[in-house]
Amino acid sequence: MNLHGIWAIYRFEMARFGRTIWTSLATPVITTTLYFIVFGSAIGSQMKNIGDVPYGAFIVPGLMLLTIFSESVFNASLGIYMPKFTGTIYELLSAPLSAVETVIGYVGAAATKSLVIGLVIFATAHLFVDLHVAHPLLMLFYLLLVAASFSLFGFCLGIWANGFEQLQIIPLLVITPLTFLGGAFYSLTVLPEPWRTVTLFNPVAYLINGFRWTFFGISDVDVLACVAVTAGFGAFCLAAVVAIFRTGWRLKS
Amino acid sequence: MPEPILTVAGVSKTYKNGPTALKTVDLEVNRGEIVALLGPNGAGKTTLISIICGIVTPSSGSVTVAGHDVVRDYKAARRAIGLVPQELATDQFESVLATVTFSRRLFGRSGHSDYIEQVLRDLSLWEKRDAKIKDLSGGMKRRVLIAKALAHEPEILFLDEPTAGVDVALRRDMWKLVHRLREQGATIILTTHYIEEAEEMADRVGVISRGELLLVEEKDALMAKLGKRQMDLTLVEPLDAVPAALARWSPTLEDEGHTLRYVFDAKAENTGIPELLAAVAERHIAFKDLETRKSSLEDIFVDLVGQRA
Repeated sequence: MNLHGIWAIYRFEMARFGRTIWTSLATPVITTTLYFIVFGSAIGSQMKNIGDVPYGAFIVPGLMLLTIFSESVFNASLGIYMPKFTGTIYELLSAPLSAVETVIGYVGAAATKSLVIGLVIFATAHLFVDLHVAHPLLMLFYLLLVAASFSLFGFCLGIWANGFEQLQIIPLLVITPLTFLGGAFYSLTVLPEPWRTVTLFNPVAYLINGFRWTFFGISDVDVLACVAVTAGFGAFCLAAVVAIFRTGWRLKS
Repeated sequence: MPEPILTVAGVSKTYKNGPTALKTVDLEVNRGEIVALLGPNGAGKTTLISIICGIVTPSSGSVTVAGHDVVRDYKAARRAIGLVPQELATDQFESVLATVTFSRRLFGRSGHSDYIEQVLRDLSLWEKRDAKIKDLSGGMKRRVLIAKALAHEPEILFLDEPTAGVDVALRRDMWKLVHRLREQGATIILTTHYIEEAEEMADRVGVISRGELLLVEEKDALMAKLGKRQMDLTLVEPLDAVPAALARWSPTLEDEGHTLRYVFDAKAENTGIPELLAAVAERHIAFKDLETRKSSLEDIFVDLVGQRA
């Protein structure tokens, strides 16, 4: 195991995070604050509780995931896309690193950043609403799983992308809509048919509901299904990464 | 008994939907040797180096570095290799020290080492260690790439066009550096399209053209072959035929008799030029200009390919 090599990539990626630490942290804090002002205070005061959970608290897990999805995908895809773009990837390809080691470095760093940002949002949320997390350890574990899965996904995206536009198009056209439509800000029970059934085909709905369950012990769908979808998505991305490295797709000619 | 550090056996590369970049290449390089791969742009030099370094997958054949197969035992093989790419690809926002430390770690070594300082001092980069790479000049950036390649103490160093687009002073520096590395016992493979460069640095020279390694020879032997020069005399009055008195130099008339051309061996002890010029003066053949030049690389390739045909 080339531990020094993994550490090199991890440090390099975290250094990039460090250079932009204030924007990296300020952006989610400000965004979250805005969401809370709009949804929590302005609109939330007009909303009735969902189950026993006040609306302001109800949206916290979805809000965290919304940012974690985009930060994971953005950081991991940029992490591997930039060397391709600047040409420094030659060093990575000629280094004594296995595919697994490379991925641990990049995805580990991207997931770490997401996790930090997720926890910052969580802390910010406390300023606005009363939050009691039912299963704190499971919540952390779930957060880690989601961050790692989406970082893996971002890593694949970064390898696939041939330009900055392609890097942005998947998060913009796929992930953000699926998140909003997956019940980040509402309970699926409020949806009329057939939209409720349609939503059950949205994998992100399971991710959000699973994560919300760790907070409040409530979920619109079966919690086991949530865990299965989350783990399945992670496994799928992992398999994709392994396949990419095995074939050298878009990395080696 | 010289010990081979690099063995390339039957390596070829055909790119997908592309041309054959490399026909079957065999090459053996011994420890401590400096080998220059000489060839025009697009000849396949970079492809060959990229295959050895693991950046390009060969279509056939095998490569062994320091006794390790570059595919089966890639980690051990790659630890033995340092690569300086042709393009100035750097992480603009990193500092010199950070990027060199990164390289050393990436190749599996601890980042805390006096060796990094030594490499940076050797390359006159130590004063600039905290500078961001984006603030460095092109020449300095190239040095940073060399420092990165040397950072993990490789046994064999690949320099892909080390002096492409580099000014004269830096080229001299680069040559000095290679000489210094040679004194330290490094094995170096470099690609170039300048004959002078191969001549200056290499022990052996391989000539690549159109994906084919035409020959690999001791530099001195090859330079003797390649060392032809020509002298053109631009005549005031055109000649119809070569005067008999000049026949022993067998010059030719070019440009409808306006130019008298003499091809000679620049390495020979006696080039024959003074005698020829004396004979020209004796015959009262007036000329208004005199020009000598080396045979171009292109001529040489034509020659070499011709010899093989």
